[in-house]
Amino acid sequence: MSKSIIGAARPRIDGPEKLSGRATYTSDNHPPGMVYAYGVFSTIGRGRIRAINATEAKRMPGVIDVFHHGHFPKLYRTPSSFVQENKVDETHLPFEDDRVYYPGQFVALVVADSFDQARAAAYRVKVDYAEEKAIATLEQAMAQATPKEDAKSGHSRGDPDGAFASARHKVDVTYVTPMETHNPMEMHASVAHWENGDLVLYEASQGVVFARNVMAKVFGLAPERVEVRSPFIGSGFGSKLWIWPHAVAAAAAAREVGRPVQLVVPRQEMFTTTGHRPPTHQRLRLATDDSGKLVALSHDSVNTTSQVNTYVERTGTCTKSLYACPNLRVSHATVPANHGTPTSMRAPGAAPGLFALEAAMDEMAEAIDMDPLEFRRVNYTDRDESKDLPFSSIHLLEAFDRAADSFGWADRNPKIGAMKEGNEIIGWGMAACNWEALKQACDARVSLRADGTAFASCATQDIGTGTYTIVAQAVSDITGIALDKIEVQLGDSSYPSGPISGGSWATATTLPAIAQASRAAIEALKSYATGDGGAFAGAEPADLQFADGELIDGNGKRVAYTEVLSQLRLANADGEAHTPAAPKDEHSFRSFGAHFVEVRWDPGISRLRVSRVVSAIDVGQVINAKTAANQVEGSIVMGIGMALFEKTEYDEDSGLPVNNNYAEYLVPVHADQPEIEVILLDYPDYAFNEYGARGIGEIGITGLAGAVANAVYHATGKRIRELPITLDKLMEDIPRSA
Amino acid sequence: MRQFDYSRVDSPEQAVAAHRQAQTAAFLAGGTTLLDLVKIDIMQPEHVVDVNGLTLNRIEPLDDGRLRIGAMVTNTALARDPRVREHYAVLSQALLSGASTQLRNKATTAGNVMQRVRCPYFRDGVSACNKREPGAGCAAIGGLNRSVHAVLGTSDQCIASHPSDMCVAMAAIGATLTVQGEKGQREIDFTDFHLLPGKHPEREHALEPDELITHVTLDAPLAGNRSHYLKLRDRSSYQFALASSAVIVTLDGNTIRDARLALGGVATKPWRASKAEQALIGKPVTVASFENAARIAFEDAKAYRHNAYKIPLGQQAIVRSLTTVTT
Repeated sequence: MSKSIIGAARPRIDGPEKLSGRATYTSDNHPPGMVYAYGVFSTIGRGRIRAINATEAKRMPGVIDVFHHGHFPKLYRTPSSFVQENKVDETHLPFEDDRVYYPGQFVALVVADSFDQARAAAYRVKVDYAEEKAIATLEQAMAQATPKEDAKSGHSRGDPDGAFASARHKVDVTYVTPMETHNPMEMHASVAHWENGDLVLYEASQGVVFARNVMAKVFGLAPERVEVRSPFIGSGFGSKLWIWPHAVAAAAAAREVGRPVQLVVPRQEMFTTTGHRPPTHQRLRLATDDSGKLVALSHDSVNTTSQVNTYVERTGTCTKSLYACPNLRVSHATVPANHGTPTSMRAPGAAPGLFALEAAMDEMAEAIDMDPLEFRRVNYTDRDESKDLPFSSIHLLEAFDRAADSFGWADRNPKIGAMKEGNEIIGWGMAACNWEALKQACDARVSLRADGTAFASCATQDIGTGTYTIVAQAVSDITGIALDKIEVQLGDSSYPSGPISGGSWATATTLPAIAQASRAAIEALKSYATGDGGAFAGAEPADLQFADGELIDGNGKRVAYTEVLSQLRLANADGEAHTPAAPKDEHSFRSFGAHFVEVRWDPGISRLRVSRVVSAIDVGQVINAKTAANQVEGSIVMGIGMALFEKTEYDEDSGLPVNNNYAEYLVPVHADQPEIEVILLDYPDYAFNEYGARGIGEIGITGLAGAVANAVYHATGKRIRELPITLDKLMEDIPRSA
Repeated sequence: MRQFDYSRVDSPEQAVAAHRQAQTAAFLAGGTTLLDLVKIDIMQPEHVVDVNGLTLNRIEPLDDGRLRIGAMVTNTALARDPRVREHYAVLSQALLSGASTQLRNKATTAGNVMQRVRCPYFRDGVSACNKREPGAGCAAIGGLNRSVHAVLGTSDQCIASHPSDMCVAMAAIGATLTVQGEKGQREIDFTDFHLLPGKHPEREHALEPDELITHVTLDAPLAGNRSHYLKLRDRSSYQFALASSAVIVTLDGNTIRDARLALGGVATKPWRASKAEQALIGKPVTVASFENAARIAFEDAKAYRHNAYKIPLGQQAIVRSLTTVTT
């Protein structure tokens, strides 16, 4: 492996296309004859559609058709299976029946010549509802139904309840996290185009293979008759992993009207019909012995799901193995609410779960009068006790040490509110971070071309994380061909089957396949070179070496691959590869890290800001120091949003979303971004894959909100157990409301 | 977007005449409120009169020491104007604390005066809203009212806070609006322009039908004044004020000679806190004086379910901004 390529800080190879506006995102596609669809979205939270009156809308200029449950083709639900690669979180199809399960649900679809005509007509479709009282919040949902436990995701060992009952030191605390919404910059969008019964779908997608398989199931087609393209997406954070109703609606409408249809989901409905992170209610019970060792840990969690599908937010996913504890339980349960179906949002489960666990860890440390960092060291383990397997590679203690040193943790005055500067009180807090590493099976194709370039393709995606660039780095690493001579194509389901861009597994999954396909292309080249008329005719392929774009024999004869190919009038030497999923029986593969956070609280004006973050991250080999640090920095900023700002709100009475826009749903702005230092430990994990890389897209958000909450406590003495930590929760002497 | 008639005009008289032609007409300046609300179908003008052709983009000092601002002067230009920065620092600071650079480049002075509320129940087009549909009720009073709802000047019909930062500074400075109507020009005192919701939250301002704001004239600055705008919010930028304070003071040694105080984010209109100003005049520059004024400013405040914190937050804004200008 060439260290000048793998691990180097290389700029994105797709950067110029994006900066110059040449990169085509889904809604940039305008096939000839394309028309526009705009949704009519339910304005009640629950009930039935009595009647839909589209008379006025249909008379408006440019309107082609108005679809609804009384006028829509019969489609098929897809099964939802990860193994079959047709998973979706909402299996309910648009316009399936007259039921309204959540506000912002598609109830009709207008197709017109222009976007503005479609939208204007959509506003004129009159829907008569028989409204029922909606379940609008987690609180209401838990009051109305007994949470239904998810049998698959729980874990138990030892006797957590017995050990807790008899322990000397314990905390029993409940943490609550709100609904959060992904809010990628690019809207969800579909451009559906039928040709002779085959569907081409441009879709803002984090998984073109899954999208193809789902659309094939829904329309009753063989998968070969569907192609899904997503070369560029304006991120997704999990919301674009699976197909949502808009894509089905767009494709069905396109087939019905006989023209390509573009449908962009409005920002308001990006909050309702394309998934969200559900609110959670998490009870944590921790107990230690006198030395500070955990003797009992239970993490029992409830989240809301939709009326049509069950989505489990696995908040205990890290709790089962992050610390040593012989008596432990995690459980997850769901209660239905009148919301769209939740879905994975960056570090699903772990982000809300580690907020709760890492804040509760601080509460426990305080209860036994131990430094929070020391408490975590005392409970360190190098074995995954939930699987009874060693971690393949763990450098958590080093992450603690290096981040603590750089942050200056040793200078922390543990007394609440003791560190001050001007009007501000400074608080320091820390937390561990943790994420699973997964590697799926993957196919890839690499070609060495006679013109001196190389070509690599895989049906995975670059969702803005740098996948195009690291694929080129892997090809360059094996072939010695310069990065600017390597063309990478991703984001098309017709390419060799690749992974979804989710779970932080695209790097670990894709790169070994790309490397193997590169080697296969070199082998093909050798076989051409040693064949009739080849540059090394008569030699054995095994006697040839390939380095820096040249074939070399035992006598030192060197011939460039371009020459080998041109001599034979061949365009390319191609290699294909299939690499398997990671084995699961010898190691537990996980990534680790630590966040140290400084907050500043100005009590005179109730202003809370995160002013400094130092994070040390242990994710195995880093492939590209630039894009990797960028992922962690972005995760930290998103974690600040989770800690201080983000909350999707529904009105308790009407059940309708309230802050479903970019002005009132707050995420950090540039001015909220603190000084950030990211330390990448960079220990290759070769038990996991040949590059030793475990993936880096999500771990940075885990634990961050916990570290902020701990820092806020250090500054203010207030333990805020419900996110977001807004200024009103920290203020004293708030008068009673009228 | 609904279809509407569109016309461009060259003079305020033409603008008013064009506006009269339709039952529901709207003047289009920067468009940052109007187009937003038209796109979400909350405003449905039949006729849009584009006033961008009017030469109302000058900032001119008047002989009596006042500063006359054309209706079409952008927020960016006004904030950057050297005379504004020197004599009305509070106005420049307020403008720059609002929106984003892109929006400030488009938004105009008169347009900002006409900015409409951010209440989500007004903007969703469905919930009960007396402003949108008189007599329908107010979903905000019992609903989620933490961020963009008021504690001062509310009524049992509407509690939406006025969103403008610029107007808060103007309320503190004192200003006069010049408006063009069918019968000619007239002037309206700035404090009388925005109306309290009372029983008629659908009436937001003192303009007669078809009238157009042509100028905002700032009162002459207080000699030797120091001023400051402090905006408090959850995030550091691009959020409407939870509470804000515009203060202008002049000092006699350690005594407050004169004071102007206006509040934003906490009130249903740009809120001049006159009683609190009176309580400051002649008092020593001490935290106790500031806290007393802050207490008086919120004497009549009424807290709703989620926004009671705005009372102490608004008081903190007053105390800190007075501390800042006097030290």
